[in-house]
Amino acid sequence: MAKRVELFTVRDKHRLSSDLFILELTAPAKLPELKPGQFVQVKVEGSPDTFLRRPISIHDVEYESNTIKMLVQIAGSGTDRLSRLEKGEKLDIVYPLGNSFSIPEIEGSILLIGGGCGVAPLLFLGKYMKSLGLRPEVLLGFRDSERIIEYGEYESIGPVYITTEDGSKGEKGFVTGHSILTRKKFTSVYCCGPEPMMKAVANYCLKNDINCEVSLEHLMACGFGVCLCCVVDTVRGNLCSCTDGPVFNTKDLKW
Amino acid sequence: MVKLDVVIGAMKLRNPVMSASGTFGYGSEFDDFFDVSRLGGIILKGTTMEPREGNPYPRMAETPSGMLNAVGLQNKGVDYFEKNIYPIVSDYGTNVIVNVNGSCIDDYVALTERIAKLDKIPAIELNISCPNVKQGGMIFGTNPVSAREVIRAVRSAWPRVLIVKLSPNVTSITDFARIAEEEGADAISLINTLLGMAVDVKTMKPSLSTVTGGLSGPAIRPVALRMVWQTANAVKIPVIGIGGIMSASDAIQFILAGATAVQVGTASFIDPESTVRIIEGIQKYLEKKGFGDVNEITGWINR
Repeated sequence: MAKRVELFTVRDKHRLSSDLFILELTAPAKLPELKPGQFVQVKVEGSPDTFLRRPISIHDVEYESNTIKMLVQIAGSGTDRLSRLEKGEKLDIVYPLGNSFSIPEIEGSILLIGGGCGVAPLLFLGKYMKSLGLRPEVLLGFRDSERIIEYGEYESIGPVYITTEDGSKGEKGFVTGHSILTRKKFTSVYCCGPEPMMKAVANYCLKNDINCEVSLEHLMACGFGVCLCCVVDTVRGNLCSCTDGPVFNTKDLKW
Repeated sequence: MVKLDVVIGAMKLRNPVMSASGTFGYGSEFDDFFDVSRLGGIILKGTTMEPREGNPYPRMAETPSGMLNAVGLQNKGVDYFEKNIYPIVSDYGTNVIVNVNGSCIDDYVALTERIAKLDKIPAIELNISCPNVKQGGMIFGTNPVSAREVIRAVRSAWPRVLIVKLSPNVTSITDFARIAEEEGADAISLINTLLGMAVDVKTMKPSLSTVTGGLSGPAIRPVALRMVWQTANAVKIPVIGIGGIMSASDAIQFILAGATAVQVGTASFIDPESTVRIIEGIQKYLEKKGFGDVNEITGWINR
């Protein structure tokens, strides 16, 4: 789908936790078909410290209202500025960017694993899979009850399992220690979250012969394959996480 | 209708706006955004004889009004270029210029000879100013003796327009500009990135895997403009201004200071359509000011 630059309008904004919020953005024209795993590049105006665009994954899509949702973590001055946007404000966006999660061709058991802000692309992915008749299950990990998100929407996809590192909700520990992994054999895992978590999930999948895709978050300037800054070391050499990714099969990664 | 065409040696450009090397890929990455034939020229990303994987990640750090990069000339080498890229770019309908790199003079010459066989490449930009490679690059561009040697060698191997891209990381930019002119360069482009660095206070480590990298963006524009003005006053060959150009107004500053043409680099990362926006803006400016030809305002500030 052709990439474009468009001025979106903030339809709504709401807090999910102490440092996570959702931005709902309406496109000025009909949305193109978007794929789970793709991202947008958002221009943050108003400060020399936010010179480059911010890459943010697509959390959810409402085609009927030409609206995309982004789940954003306040991590620095750019995302802080985004958290202060008001309804009706405009946002300059380059999209759609990146590849997408692959959809399994054969019916199998699918687990979507998200950690912290990395749960973002999994809602769009889960809803898309469900619309195709697949029945993914969802495992979400958070540090503590402060940072946990309202996950009701994920329950519309399938069963949701929760871990928190402090045990304040769900099972205590990391996602790779959740009991569902011993109770059920999955054939495909789709994962997004902090890199140590994704590596742990990738190792688990390798040992248990499970196909695993992860969505990487690498620093980038352009988002469409010209700056060559966001490279990922793979079995096929350096690849751009913005055009060859952000979704990679963990078999290809040298990390 | 305002005339925007300019001349660099024997090369005619339909307007003075080109894309800077390493910020525009091979051009096709911009096909979704606009018709690249609208540009005066496209400088393709830096090419070397052998494929290069570039430097390890992280290669980029955002800085106030700019960014540092340490890509390190990642490219697939000249064989790949000739077989897979040249057939596409030779049909672009604008000047497609190869940015030539090497780690020693023989490398530069060998690559130049290969490109010389590709008759739809009207010009090369000799890069003696890349700060992100251990051998070659800026080492040539910051030493007057080796700069002269490499320009002379490449000049004798290249029959068409030769642009020499200078490094700003020198004490006297005009010394290097004069050397390029004396050795038969048709034009000078400047500036490449300024050597810089950043430290991540969270991890207590350098932000780049290579520690130092090249600074680009509006942060370097006043330095670039000063060097372009000095260079335009020091040589008779055309000067191509580069450095933090984000808008038509920025580009016009360089032209008023003496640049015949400009290259737009980092701006394309943020606004992929900035090059065409800048062309339209230059045209509007000239119309508003009552000029019929962009060449009339080149070096205007010296009047």
